[in-house]
Amino acid sequence: MEAAAVVTLIAVVLVILALVTYLVAVILELRKITAGLDAVIGSVGGIVRKSRPVNGVVESINSDLSAGTDLLEGLLEKKAGRDDAAGLVESVFPGAGASVLERQGRTGEVKNIGEVYTRGAVQLARLGRESPLGAGAMSGAALRDPTNSSAAARMLYTHPSGPVADEPGGARHRPRSPTIGTEAQEEGASASDESKESGR
Amino acid sequence: MTLWWIGNVVLLLVIVPVVVILLRGVLNAAKAVTPAVDALRPVAEAASKDLDAVELLNTTQEQVSQTVAVVANYGASLDTILEDA
Repeated sequence: MEAAAVVTLIAVVLVILALVTYLVAVILELRKITAGLDAVIGSVGGIVRKSRPVNGVVESINSDLSAGTDLLEGLLEKKAGRDDAAGLVESVFPGAGASVLERQGRTGEVKNIGEVYTRGAVQLARLGRESPLGAGAMSGAALRDPTNSSAAARMLYTHPSGPVADEPGGARHRPRSPTIGTEAQEEGASASDESKESGR
Repeated sequence: MTLWWIGNVVLLLVIVPVVVILLRGVLNAAKAVTPAVDALRPVAEAASKDLDAVELLNTTQEQVSQTVAVVANYGASLDTILEDA
């Protein structure tokens, strides 16, 4: 055999050896990767399975909350008026008043009622049914009408001035305050029983 | 004969080194993927474990529905109690 042929054979064998060595190493690495991915895919499947219902549930929650928000905003708008509703919301949740205006299809500056009145004053004033709060200046006459605004409250009682006599000219009936404690009189016991017990 | 020797020289000095370099590059790339996959496994397991609370969203959904229903009842009561603007 000629020398050139021997060198060619040696070169080819070297190439084949390099191919075999490196390709086997690559195959072994790919097997490790496959095993690792098999382990990962289980967890990824768990993620997919667990997160599958999230969209529906969150959309349902958002739908419920939107319905609640619309309900309360509608009620607020109905009770406080379109002008004051956004201001009331702004006083409780700063920055949310603009959203109310948007949902009302309006634009403009939101008057924060809470900056002019305390929350309790606003609530009391709202119950009294005055002119729209936040629309007027802070100075001027009081908004609350002490006579007319209490008419609804006074209607709750038959005699707002106090108890009256059961009979004409008789004493006013004032029920005694209940006695509490371990030695309290049993309910339904008469005064004579009480006097008997005190005579012993 | 001369061309054969030239071919042998080219084979030994160019082809064999190029083949080795290319195969080594493939092997190094494959070896670089392995630790990444190994690092991915605990992350995926932790992410899957973090999503265990997602099942509670059903409870949250029910609670929200009940709360909105209660709020609606309160709203209806307020609508009756308070006067309109």
